[in-house]
Amino acid sequence: MTDFVVILISTILVNNFVLVQFLGLCPFMGVSNKLETAIGMGGATTFVLTLASICSYLVHNYVLSPLGLEYLKTIAFILVIAVVVQFAKMFIEKTSPLLYRVLGVFLPLITTNCAVLGVALQNTAKAHTFTQSALYGFGAALGFSLVLILFSAMRERLAVADVPVPFKGAAIGMITAGLMSLAFMGFSGLV
Amino acid sequence: MVEYLLTHPFIGALVALVSLALVFGAILGYAAVQFKVEGDPIVEQLDNLLPQTQCGQCSYPGCRPYAEAIANGDAINKCPPGGQSTINAIADLLDVEAPTLDEEHGEESEVKTVAFIREDECIGCTKCIQACPMDAILGAAKQMHTVIGDECTGCDLCVEPCPVDCIDMLPIETTIGDWRWDKPKASQEQLNNLIATDKQAVEDGAAA
Repeated sequence: MTDFVVILISTILVNNFVLVQFLGLCPFMGVSNKLETAIGMGGATTFVLTLASICSYLVHNYVLSPLGLEYLKTIAFILVIAVVVQFAKMFIEKTSPLLYRVLGVFLPLITTNCAVLGVALQNTAKAHTFTQSALYGFGAALGFSLVLILFSAMRERLAVADVPVPFKGAAIGMITAGLMSLAFMGFSGLV
Repeated sequence: MVEYLLTHPFIGALVALVSLALVFGAILGYAAVQFKVEGDPIVEQLDNLLPQTQCGQCSYPGCRPYAEAIANGDAINKCPPGGQSTINAIADLLDVEAPTLDEEHGEESEVKTVAFIREDECIGCTKCIQACPMDAILGAAKQMHTVIGDECTGCDLCVEPCPVDCIDMLPIETTIGDWRWDKPKASQEQLNNLIATDKQAVEDGAAA
């Protein structure tokens, strides 16, 4: 049990995928202009990341490992992620049109989110079990959502702040992200 | 089988990847059939018949909402830009009697017109700007307004709100700049793909 808590805290705060491992920076900068879209993106990523890490664990342990084909894991995981995203899109569109309207535009974006592939590859590198893999993916997604929402809340305020002209727009966003990353360094050594 | 794949890693890799792709493809194919989202086909068809001027003279905020309203049982004769030809086409689709155009919503005009603001008389009240569904009128409060001719669909909606009656609907005149050869005659197959107003125009052209 403590093992699971440690994994969650480690992925959300200490080894945060965006601010410490610098994965998934593209949606982090791209979808953080508004708080609402950030929440939508966070929800969609959590859904896909958890599912993708479970599926890639299954593919790795029951298809690739028995055949001695671990070196194919990158390409196989990309395939898995693309399928999971597409399947999730169809499933949500059918079962919950409301949720689809909230998440719809973000779902295809997640395919190219390198945090998803990063989680799948790290799961195999760390030889996680099934539950650990699922938790690792879920924690990574929670960490991603957390910093995305925090960052977008800050950017909404930055948009109306009196920023010097050369720093306006993406530049001040990058600086803010750097400062957030520094702040998250304070969590290292927690676990 | 597994031993053979283990001893021939290259073939093993190929087989593993191809079968993974096949399995995933089958899952997605199944999902595409199983979770197919059906739109409302009759609304699509009605929307395709309407002229897409989005003028709002039918009292709905655009052509698609009007198409939805027709599907829910509203009258089909509220579309002045489409005119009688659109009404006939919709009546044909829904298999009902074709009524004549409801005059309450405006008259069908023979010639295409654009709005023109007599700028000396404009008092800058912005009422026509608010009425314009196409955002084709430029201007600000207490400043003279003018119409962007290319954007205007000739829907007449700006004429009514103008307190000084300085908006005219002028027929579009052919100038040397925009004179065109007559359009080539369409084949029957192409005719079937046209919206009703265009179809009428082609048929009129053929008759004349």
